Amino acid sequence: MKEQPVLTVEDLSVSFHMYDTGLEQYDLKVISNLTLDVRPGEIVAIAGSSGSGKSLLAHAVMGLLPGNASTSGTIAYKGKVLSQKDKEKLRGKEFALVPQSVAYLDPLMTVGTQVTGKKPDQKLLQAQKEIFRRLHLKEGTEKLYPFQLSGGMARRILVSTAVLSDAQVILADEPTPGLDLQMALEALKIFRELADKGKAVVLITHDIDLAFHIADRIAVFYAGTTVEVADARDFLTGPQALRHPYSKALWEALPQNGFRPIAGFQPYAKYLPDGCLFGPRCPYKTRKCETTIPMAEVRGGYVRCIHAD
Amino acid sequence: MKNKYYLKFTGKYLLRMVTLLIAVSIISFVLVSLSPVDPVQQYVGAVPNVSVEQRAKIAEYWGLNDPPVQRFLAWAGSVLHGDFGVSLLYRRPVLDIIVEKFGTSLALMMTAWIFSGVLGFAIGCVMGMFNGKWLDKILKKICLIMCSIPTFWIGIVFLMVFSVMLGWFPMGMSVPQGVPADEVTLLQRIHHLILPALTLSFLSFANVALHTREKLVDVLESDYVLFAKARGESSWSVLRRHGLRNILLPAVTMQFGSFSELFGGSVLAENVFSYPGLGAAASAAGMASDVPLLLGITLFSALFVFVGNMLANILYGIIDPQIREGYRNES
Amino acid sequence: MIFAALIFAVLLGVYLSGRLLSDDLIAADFSQKAQKPSLEHPFGTDMLGRDMLARTLKGLSVSIVVGTVASCVSAVIALIVGVAAATGASWLDHLINWVIDLVMGIPHTVLLILISFACGKGLKGVLIGVAVTHWTGLARIIRSEVLQIRSQQYIEVSKKLGHSSWWITVHHILPHMVPQFLIGLILMFPHAIMHESSLTFLGFGLSPEQPAIGIILSESMKYISTGMWWLAFFPGLMLVLIVLLFDRLGENLKKIVDPYSAHE
Repeated sequence: MKEQPVLTVEDLSVSFHMYDTGLEQYDLKVISNLTLDVRPGEIVAIAGSSGSGKSLLAHAVMGLLPGNASTSGTIAYKGKVLSQKDKEKLRGKEFALVPQSVAYLDPLMTVGTQVTGKKPDQKLLQAQKEIFRRLHLKEGTEKLYPFQLSGGMARRILVSTAVLSDAQVILADEPTPGLDLQMALEALKIFRELADKGKAVVLITHDIDLAFHIADRIAVFYAGTTVEVADARDFLTGPQALRHPYSKALWEALPQNGFRPIAGFQPYAKYLPDGCLFGPRCPYKTRKCETTIPMAEVRGGYVRCIHAD
Repeated sequence: MKNKYYLKFTGKYLLRMVTLLIAVSIISFVLVSLSPVDPVQQYVGAVPNVSVEQRAKIAEYWGLNDPPVQRFLAWAGSVLHGDFGVSLLYRRPVLDIIVEKFGTSLALMMTAWIFSGVLGFAIGCVMGMFNGKWLDKILKKICLIMCSIPTFWIGIVFLMVFSVMLGWFPMGMSVPQGVPADEVTLLQRIHHLILPALTLSFLSFANVALHTREKLVDVLESDYVLFAKARGESSWSVLRRHGLRNILLPAVTMQFGSFSELFGGSVLAENVFSYPGLGAAASAAGMASDVPLLLGITLFSALFVFVGNMLANILYGIIDPQIREGYRNES
Repeated sequence: MIFAALIFAVLLGVYLSGRLLSDDLIAADFSQKAQKPSLEHPFGTDMLGRDMLARTLKGLSVSIVVGTVASCVSAVIALIVGVAAATGASWLDHLINWVIDLVMGIPHTVLLILISFACGKGLKGVLIGVAVTHWTGLARIIRSEVLQIRSQQYIEVSKKLGHSSWWITVHHILPHMVPQFLIGLILMFPHAIMHESSLTFLGFGLSPEQPAIGIILSESMKYISTGMWWLAFFPGLMLVLIVLLFDRLGENLKKIVDPYSAHE
């Protein structure tokens, strides 16, 4: 019954070549051994705090990493492993990005031109008008320059670009912050509709709360890797249905679940611990956690923890 | 409403221009007054047997015995009436000389200005597009070296190579020697203009190119270019649609703001090529202690620089939607 | 670091060789006049038979001295003015900005001519001229740096602890300015040297008897049509090299102090 994944990320690592004081150089590993797949018609939400490498994943998939970045592992589309050239060909056509903020709009170009591209036909213009109306963007918004937009308007405009593209895979990077609840739900509803039309949606967010309700599966990110991929229903059920201690902690940190934050900090990419990246903050940590932890299937989900059952 | 905005904008600017020009005239007047050079001696220098009484008379006539403030006011008063005095060097009214020489200089400066602006911008774009590749590295090295070459030396080298050794260009001046002014053809003028213009554009060319490169690299690393690429735009399309749009404005502004270096450079270039423009006159006036001419040229050059800056600001107001639309939102 | 030390050694070597070379080497010797570059005279000789290499070295060492003194004075002015603008009253800031606009409003070469004229030409005129016209850029940089530091929290804390504005400036702000100041100082050298030689070339600087690069080059103009290319070529090239070396030295120090600029 399950369809083949349209986008598969396997064992992806991304590191940046950095300069330190005194001309010393080192590699900063920001994503390590990350695994993820998305099927057509499904929304996979990526949850995790900032600095967990969520945006970089989207950029890596689209081949948009800067020159000092190096990657290992594979990214495949419809079963075909993608080279940088392939990614360049696919972006805009098969892959669409919904970026985070107004900074992603050319400050000297009107919004309309950027949303509809170089030579829009009547149909596209009609579609643009419609989606703008739906997102409560006033008539004439397309004639504005980015600096004239509020943060919320900019986000809605960025969401509209995903609708207007024919892409099969949509990577939405934090599309909801700055929107009021009603607007945020409307935006998420639009993603749901896109998925229902058979598109694959990756929703990067730290509004986990909203994500539970709209997504099919949730991937939990920690320090640049996936610690758990689970059905969204498991998150609604509660910690007993979840597999990884970090996922449970995330759940418990939510306001309606007690607002209990976990102690400690996510490690900075330069000082990653050996073995399990969550180890230093984990109550169940044992000696064995300091070895490489593989992704394992537990109760229909995937988890990177030897203590999960 | 819009006109009111521009009126306020220009009004403020004109006020600044006037205060700065007044300050320039005070400072330059103080500076020339400090000079130990005796203006009377300079004036009568070549003429033998000038008695002490005659010298005193000249000093009296020029008001040299008056207190400095009074002298300044007298000079400023006549400047306001369009009388900059008489040049000691050319024995003609300073204003006439400035107008005549500025025409000659303007041809030189504008040629160099357009040349360095257009070519520097183009090379800067090439470097920015190839950021980090060998082509960028080589061009960048060349530009950095060009920045360290004094204008007058490159002028001498050009003269040696193109005029003396190859004989392609004349040795200097703006027109062939011994030909009456009205018989000089445009082609001859251009022939005389090329080497000085190249010399003058040499330094600013490298500056424009490096500046353009830096701006383009910034733009190409920006989030909005990343998003444009994510929408499937090719690098060529990114350059055309986003790159040029975002770097043209600072480039044009910088080019108009470079009038100061342009004028300064013309002093050197005109001296090397004996080009009879305002720059050569400025150094000649200084050498010959021709105070009225030196003051006149200083004031004029400050005005020239200020007009450049003002044009840059006006252009900014016209081109930049943030200022244009920003105003519209305000009203 | 090694590279920077090497550049410094070369510059010092040029300066010392210029100082230590005996004046006999540049004495007129008409038997050797107008010779092309050879092993004996690598840069050739001029119309008076003087060795151009020795003259060039002497000229460069004068340029380095003028450049050093003028840049140091200019950098100190920049530091004082920049810090004053950022920490002083707002009218002072406005006034300083206005003065900077004023200095930048007169073409540099014209201003140099004026100042040199005011000083009666000569070495003094060049030194003062170059020193009082180069501080504007660095002053602006220092001003914005100081403003940035002042907006930081520990300054706020220090103020609450009752330290005076002057105490904070000396203990918290000036130490941060040291790298900027040194880099700005060294990057000012190339400009100072170029302007010194330009001014001398125009006839406002050093007197014709002194071996300055500007004088050598302006002399060479007289013989240019006779094809004596070496008179202008080598001295100018050496000047370019010295300017480039100073520039590299500054950029190198910048990289050591501020690694982020080394990203390229």
